[in-house]
Amino acid sequence: MNAQNLSAPSAYFLADVSDENETHTLSVIVDNEPGVLARVIGLFSGRGYNIDSLTVSETEHERHLSRITIVTTGTPMIIEQIRHQLDRLVPVHRVTDLTVQAKQASQDKPLERELALVKVAGTGEKRLEALRLGDAFRATVIDATTEHFVFEITGRTNKVEQFISIMKPLGLVEVSRTGVAAVQRGPEGL
Amino acid sequence: MTREMTGAEMVIHALKDQGVDTVFGYPGGAVLPIYDEIIQQDGLEHILVRHEQGAGHAAEGYARSTGKPGVVLVTSGPGATNMVTALTDAMLDSIPLVCLTGQVPTHLIGNDAFQECDTVGITRPCTKHNWLVRDVEDLPRILHEAFYVATSGRPGPVVVDIPKDVQFATGTYQGPNANPGAGHKSYRPQVKGDAQAIRMAAEMISKAKKPILYTGGGVINSGPEAAQLLRELVSLTGFPITSTLMGLGAYPASGDNWLGMLGMHGTYEANMAMHDCDLMINIGARFDDRITGRLDAFAPNSVKIHIDIDPSSVNKTVKVDLPIIGDVGHVLEDLVRIWRTSSMKTNEAALKDWWAQIDAWRARNSLAYRPNQDVIMPQYAIQRLYELTKDKKTFISTEVGQHQMWAAQFYGFEAPNRWLTSGGLGTMGYGLPAAIGAQVAHRDALCIDIAGDASILMNIQEMSTAVQYQLPVKVFILNNQYMGMVRQWQQLLHGNRLSHSYTDSLPDFVKLAEAYGGVGFRVDKPADLDGAIEEMVAIDRPVLFDCRVANLANCFPMIPSGKAHNEMLLPDEANDEAVANAIGSAGKALV
Repeated sequence: MNAQNLSAPSAYFLADVSDENETHTLSVIVDNEPGVLARVIGLFSGRGYNIDSLTVSETEHERHLSRITIVTTGTPMIIEQIRHQLDRLVPVHRVTDLTVQAKQASQDKPLERELALVKVAGTGEKRLEALRLGDAFRATVIDATTEHFVFEITGRTNKVEQFISIMKPLGLVEVSRTGVAAVQRGPEGL
Repeated sequence: MTREMTGAEMVIHALKDQGVDTVFGYPGGAVLPIYDEIIQQDGLEHILVRHEQGAGHAAEGYARSTGKPGVVLVTSGPGATNMVTALTDAMLDSIPLVCLTGQVPTHLIGNDAFQECDTVGITRPCTKHNWLVRDVEDLPRILHEAFYVATSGRPGPVVVDIPKDVQFATGTYQGPNANPGAGHKSYRPQVKGDAQAIRMAAEMISKAKKPILYTGGGVINSGPEAAQLLRELVSLTGFPITSTLMGLGAYPASGDNWLGMLGMHGTYEANMAMHDCDLMINIGARFDDRITGRLDAFAPNSVKIHIDIDPSSVNKTVKVDLPIIGDVGHVLEDLVRIWRTSSMKTNEAALKDWWAQIDAWRARNSLAYRPNQDVIMPQYAIQRLYELTKDKKTFISTEVGQHQMWAAQFYGFEAPNRWLTSGGLGTMGYGLPAAIGAQVAHRDALCIDIAGDASILMNIQEMSTAVQYQLPVKVFILNNQYMGMVRQWQQLLHGNRLSHSYTDSLPDFVKLAEAYGGVGFRVDKPADLDGAIEEMVAIDRPVLFDCRVANLANCFPMIPSGKAHNEMLLPDEANDEAVANAIGSAGKALV
C-alpha cells in the first residue's frame, strides 16, 4: 500500500493487494498420524475458511506421509493466512499453493482431476441418450442392468459437473465424488 | 540413557531430564500411578492446587516469570476440561505450558467410561499440539517432543494425554537426546531473519521522519537478551517506543523514549504517534484489535515493518510492507550489528520535530484523574502501590478488567518477565494462581496480584494453596463492588442500564483471608493507604488487601470501539454525555 513511497525495489513489495475472492488449490504434506485430518479441518472451521474440496490419502507409506489436496476460496490475504496457518500445525511438513506455482510458471492452472461415480436409472430413449452422452464424455460403464448404468467419469471439476447436470433429466439417482487431486505440470515434484 | 521402567516412572524421568523442578497439579483416578511415583522421589516439587484451572494459570505465572515452560499434571475428564481455559489463555498469550492429563485405559476409550472425555479432541484448537499416547514405547519420545514444541518457535501450550494402562505398562526409557537432531521431525521454526530484509529495515530506519517502535510479548518470549537489544536499538536510533499490554517491561517505563502503553486504554501520545507515524516497526506484536482500533484508519500514512517468529501473524489483519520472519532476539541482534557497522544515520532534524510533536501530545496528560481527599481513587492506589514496592524485586500479576488497565497504566515496569497478565483471552481469575506460580519460582520476591472484587472470586480457592506452601502472595483488591469494565461498557453502549454488573453480597475479604489462614486488610481512606501497603509488604504470609476505591471511576483514556487512534476519549472530556455517545452504531457490534 505504501510501496510506492519507497525507493529501494524489493520482492517484498510485490504482494497482491486485490481483495477479490480467488480459488486456490493447496497441497499439504502431513504425517499420517491419528487426528491430523481433524487438525486441518478444525483449522478451517475454527477460523471461518472455506473448503470447496478436500482429498486425502497416504502417499508415501514408508515415511507415513499423507497428501491432502484442498481447494479453497478467499481473498489473497485469506489464502496467504490459510497457507501459514496450515504450515503452523506441527504434523504439517509442507504447504504448497499449486495455483500460485502454476501462475509463476505462466500456466493457467495446475493439473486437477476428480473422479465421480454416477448412477442413472431409466429405460427406452432416455437410457440410450445416457449411454451416448457417457460415450461422448469418455465415461466408463462399470455396472449396469436393463434399468440402470453406473458411470465412472474422471476429469476437471467442471467436466464432472457438466456431466452430472446433463444426467439429471435422464434419470440421475446418485453421485459419489472424490474431490480434486492435483499435481503441478512438468518434471519437478513438491 | 535407556532403561526399563513403567510409563509413570518415565514421566518423572522425562520431566527431570527436561530440567523441570515444579509441577502444578491435582490428583484423580486416571493419574494415580504418576502420583504414586511423585511421592517416592525428590527433586520434583508438586504444588497441589485447589482447582485445575488454578494449576494452569499458576504454571503460566511460573513460565512467564522464569522464561521456562510451566508444567501441569491433572486427571482425565473434569481435570482435563477444567484446564481448557488455562490452555486457551496460554495459547493466545504464547506461554509455554506442558500439560499432562490422565486418560481412561486404552481399552475403555470411546466407551463413555467414568471420567472419560475426548481430551485431545477438546484441546486440539486450544493447544499448539497434543498427543494421545497409545503405546508406552512412544511415551518418552512424545514427552520430549512436547517440551520441544511448547518452547520453540512461538511458544504455546501442549497436552500429552496418557491412558492409565500406559502409565502402568513397562517400556524402554530414552533421554531427550536419544534421536540425533532431536526435537521434531517436521516442526522447525525459523529463528534467523532474512539478512537482506534486515538490511532494508536499517535503510528504512535511516530515512524515517516520524518513526515509532511498537513492541509486544514476542520480545519477552525471546528472552532477556532481546529486551537488552531492544534497549540498545532505542538508544542507537533515539526512536520513540510504545508497547502492547503483553510487552510491558521490555523497555523500562522510566526510559526517556517511553510513550507508555498503546491501544484501547493506552496513552494519548502513544496512540497519536501510532496514527501519525511514517515508519512503524512492529517487534513481536500481532496487530491485535485492542491495539489497532478501526482498521481502515490504522496508521494511514505509515510504512510498516513487522518482526515476528510466526509467519501466520504477518498480514493477518494489517498489511505490512516489510515482514521479517524470525526470533526477535536474533533479528534485533542482526539489525543492531548492521546499524553499528554501517555509516547509516537517522534523520535527526526530522526526529527533533517529531519529538516536539510527541511532547505536545504528552502535555495533554492523558492519564490524569481527579484526586480525592476522602475516597481512594483506584489510579492513586496503584500509584502508591508502585511507589512503595518499586525498589523491591516485585512481580505483578492481574486479573481482568479496569484494575488490570490501571495497573498497566500506572505501575512502571523496568524489567521483562515481571508483569503477568491475561492479555489475549482476558481471563478473570488468572491473577492469584499466576502470582502463586511466580512466587513458587521466586521465593524471595514480592508477588502481588492486583485484582478486582469480581475477578478475585473466580479463583479465590487458591488462597488455600498459597497458605499450604507458605507462599506470601499479596492480593491487592481494588474493590468498587462492580464489574467495573462491564459497567463502563454498559455506560458506553447500553444507556447506563447496569445489568448484573453490580455484585451484591460480596464476602468480607478480611474474614475470608483469615478463614484461609492468611491476613486481611481493609482500607477506605487515602490517608491510611501508605501505612497499610507498607504493613502488607512486610508480612510474610498470604494477604487479601481490600482496598475500597471510588465506586464509579472509569478507565480512561479510551479508544471507543470502531474508532481510530486519533479519536480517543480523554479523561477530562469524558462527561456522561460524551461517554453515552462515544461509540457509533458500527462500533456497537464490536467486542
